Formats: sequence, structure tokens, C-alpha cells
Amino acid sequence: MFDIFSFCADPAVLDTGKWFACYLTTGKHMAFYASFGTVLLLLAITAPTALAFGFGGAAAARSRIAPLRWLGKIYISGVRGIPDIAFFLFFVIALDQGFEWLRHQWLCPDWDQPIRQGNDFVVCAAAKLPLNTADQSVHEWYGFATAILTFAIVFGAFSANVLFGAMRAVPKGQIETAEAYGMTSRQTFWRVIVPQMWVYALPGLSNLWMVLIKATPLLFLLGVEDIVYWARELGGTKQPRFTDYPHGDWRLWYFLALLVFYLAFTKVSEIVLDRIMRRLTLGQATTGGEAQRVAA
Amino acid sequence: MTCWETIQAYAFRSVGWGERLLPRDDFTLCQQFTLIGSGMLWNIYFGVFALLLGFCLATVLALGKNAGSRWLRKPSEWFILVFRGSPLFIQFFLAYLIFLQLKTVGLAPEAMTAAWAGALVVLFLNTAAYSAEIFYGALQSIPKGDVEAADAYGLSGWPRFRRVVWPTMLRLAWPAYTNEAIFLFHATTLVFFSGFPAFQQRGDALYYANYFADKTFNPFVPYPILAGYFILLTLIVIGLFGLVNRRLNRHLPDARRSKLRVRPQIIR
Repeated sequence: MFDIFSFCADPAVLDTGKWFACYLTTGKHMAFYASFGTVLLLLAITAPTALAFGFGGAAAARSRIAPLRWLGKIYISGVRGIPDIAFFLFFVIALDQGFEWLRHQWLCPDWDQPIRQGNDFVVCAAAKLPLNTADQSVHEWYGFATAILTFAIVFGAFSANVLFGAMRAVPKGQIETAEAYGMTSRQTFWRVIVPQMWVYALPGLSNLWMVLIKATPLLFLLGVEDIVYWARELGGTKQPRFTDYPHGDWRLWYFLALLVFYLAFTKVSEIVLDRIMRRLTLGQATTGGEAQRVAA
Repeated sequence: MTCWETIQAYAFRSVGWGERLLPRDDFTLCQQFTLIGSGMLWNIYFGVFALLLGFCLATVLALGKNAGSRWLRKPSEWFILVFRGSPLFIQFFLAYLIFLQLKTVGLAPEAMTAAWAGALVVLFLNTAAYSAEIFYGALQSIPKGDVEAADAYGLSGWPRFRRVVWPTMLRLAWPAYTNEAIFLFHATTLVFFSGFPAFQQRGDALYYANYFADKTFNPFVPYPILAGYFILLTLIVIGLFGLVNRRLNRHLPDARRSKLRVRPQIIR
């Protein structure tokens, strides 16, 4: 491993401080630290994707075309009325089977057996996702991608609800003025409603961001090797026969570390979001904006 | 097996009464409805008791956070921060491990590592923290005039709290508290997926839905059933809380009553 840890060759003879220095830098611990990156990566990809889903959902829900409007409303209220964890468990299989079924229809048109045979779901070998011959890392990335899509669908519904409310909160006078200037409804939407809705959406969106952070441990249920997986893996009792660093059941300490990580993360987010909110309210026709104007 | 026999065998399977063996093949729709419904008993149990206990602690915590004394305020603030700032999923894991350790040194009773007691404690503390924040917000927005009027009538201390502050706090907090209740019922599905083992496969609704989805490799039947049960439960909660809301607002003319706006949230 690293040169500075050359004394780690025989952990059994080390004193406590050095033992921990060696223990906390094993390859598996490095994977544990990297999994914090996995969580951050998930958040970094999911947040904008969910926002895009939410924007689409909100725009659909206020569409003038009835079927599109129904679709948007069903999406928003359907996802929100049901425990999300059920969705997480549902979508991962459903999406996987959906993709395989589509590829099956496309790639193997002359397949004549039924796809559901009793308790089995059978598609032709060419339609498997990922292919049976694919590398292990492809399987892991595919799992991660389905997880992201699932998060985006679920949180998209919630952000759609927030954005839908925010679009309606833009003062009527603004929209009437836009219409008086002869803007089409498309122009009004893009030039008046969208730029102004963010200040109304931010409290809801920042709440959602907090909830999203706190939902990331569910990655573990989706089979991704995230921080919960590693905390269980590393914390469990280690026998001297299998490792150079035997120890008892330390899961408690690992989970305590995760707890501290999440507390720090939500606290920092809170501070940052407060700043953004103050920046956004500047010059807006709201009580917050007025308070800043008076103070300045 | 007819559907009626299935119901007799499995309706109370989740609490250990009736047929012990779960169905292994030839899953019928009836079996899925019965077993998932049977699991709902756990969700209702956890939700109802956590709400009842949590309500009391939440009131205390909200008053603590609102108190002038540092010694009362700081502990309440920290409690609320810890339980609202971390995922419930991690809280379940951590609580299970702590109870396990306490059990081995003999400080906690045997029951604490079982879901019915241990998970209930976590849900109780969690909902207390979330509700306390809601109640605290309501305490802050009690109209000044109400309290001044109470002072003018010579009410102070306990009578003032009991007759003016507390009812007003509840009235202001009730719509948000209804959301919290719905949210808590949804959160009960996490119990058997995080640390707490399902003794003899006696799990909650999601546990059985997941069992069927794993066995049949077909998520399109058990999960919609689960969703149906939960929508029903949510409607019942909204109905019951609506009744309380009506009672809290009974002195107000119709137009000024605060309508319940239900916005179910997500995972915590």
C-alpha cells in the first residue's frame, strides 16, 4: 500500500495508535471512503434529473391538453400517496423487466414462447440487460443507473408538486401584464412564469433536498455498495483466521460515524440553502424581499 | 384452498396466529391480498402507538425549545436536530445495535431487540422530534392578542397554558401534524428492512409484498395491492384527523376555519 504505512506488515505487534492507522487505511476501508463519493455522486446526478422530471410533470399538470394534464396529475399524486420505499423496491424490478421486455420485442421478434412462465420472467439471451457476457463493473453501473432513475422518478413527483405550486404562486398581475403586452402563452410561460417561480419554489425544493439526502441510505436496499453496505461489512465481527485486523462487533461505531456524516451534511445544506434563499429574495415583491429592502 | 380458507389461515399470520408456513408456489391473488393485509396490522400498530406517545413527548419538547432557560432549550434543540437531521433508516440500524449491546450487559430487557418494542421506540422518538418542530412553529405564531387576553382575564401558569396556549397551538399545527401522521404511517414500512429481524417471518405489509415479488418475480401484483392498502389507510387518517380539526375549530365561523391541506411527504 503506502510507503508511510510500511510498519503495517505485522499488525499483531503494533500498539493501539499505529494499529488504528493501519486498520483505517486497509483496501476495504478505502472502498468504504469511496462509497461516500458514491452517495455524493448519486445526489449530484439525481437532484438535477429529479428537477427535470419535476419540471416536466408540473408543466404537464397545467397543460391545456386534457390527457397530458391527467398524466401529470396522476404522476404527482400517485407517487406521493404511497410509501416511497415501496416504489424503490417496485421500480428496480419493474424498470429492469420493462427494459428487457422492450429489447426483447425489438431484438427477438420471432420468439414464440410466453415471457412469463409461471414464476419466471424469460427473455431471449440477446435482450438481457446487461448481457450475460458483460463485465462485473457493467453490472454494478447498471444497478447504479437503475437506482438513479428510481430516485429521479420518485423525487421528480415531489418536485413536480412543488414547482406546480410555485408556478401558480407567481402573482396574477405579472401574467396579465405579459398578456397585455401581447405575449403568447408559450412566451408568458418561459419569460415571465419560469424566471419568477424559483423564489416560491425554493423553500419546498430545499426541504426536498433534505429529504433526498436522508433517502440515500435506501441505496443499500437497491443493492448498491453504498456506505450502509460497507458499514455493515466492515463493522461485523472479524475472526483472526480471515483477517490481520481481528475485532469484535463494531457496527455500532460505524453507524455512529454515518449518523454524524448525515447530521453534518444536513446542517451544512441548511446554511447554504439559507444563503441562496436570501440571494433569491433580493428585489422580489415578497415580504422577505421587502424586509431586505428596508434593512439596506 | 378456497379464498375463505386462505383468509382463515393467513389473516392474522403476521401476529403469529394461524397457518405457520407461508405459501411457496402457485400463489393466488387471494393469498397476496390476505397476507399483505395481515401485514398492515403491524403498520397500524406502529403508527398508532408511535403517534399517541409521540404527541405527548412532542408537546414537552416544543415547550422546552420555546423556553427561556438554556437548560431546557438546548437539550430539546439537540434532540430535534439529531432525529430530524439523520435518516430514519440509519436510526433504526443504530438503535438495534445499541439495544443489542445493552441487552448483553443486561441494561435493556429482551424485548428491545424485537421489532414490536425496539422499532416502536425509534418511531416514537422520531415522530416526537418532527412533531415538536411543528408544534414549536405553532407556538411561535400564536397571536399576541390571545395571550394578552388571557393575562387580562387573570389566567396564568397552568390554566393559561391549558385553556389558551395549548388549544391555539394545536389548532395552528393541526394541518401540518396531519401530514406528519401520514408520513409516519409510510415510515413504518421501513421497520423490517432495517436492522430489526422479522421473527418467524411475521412482518409488515411491505415485508410480505416484497416476499411475493421475490418469489414470483412479478412486482406488478403485490406492490399495487400494497399501494391500495396504504391509500385506504391514508384516507382513514385524513378522515380521523379531519374530525379532530373540526372540533378544534368549532368556535370559528365556517369561512375562517383552516382547511386541512394534505401534502404527504416522503422518507425521512
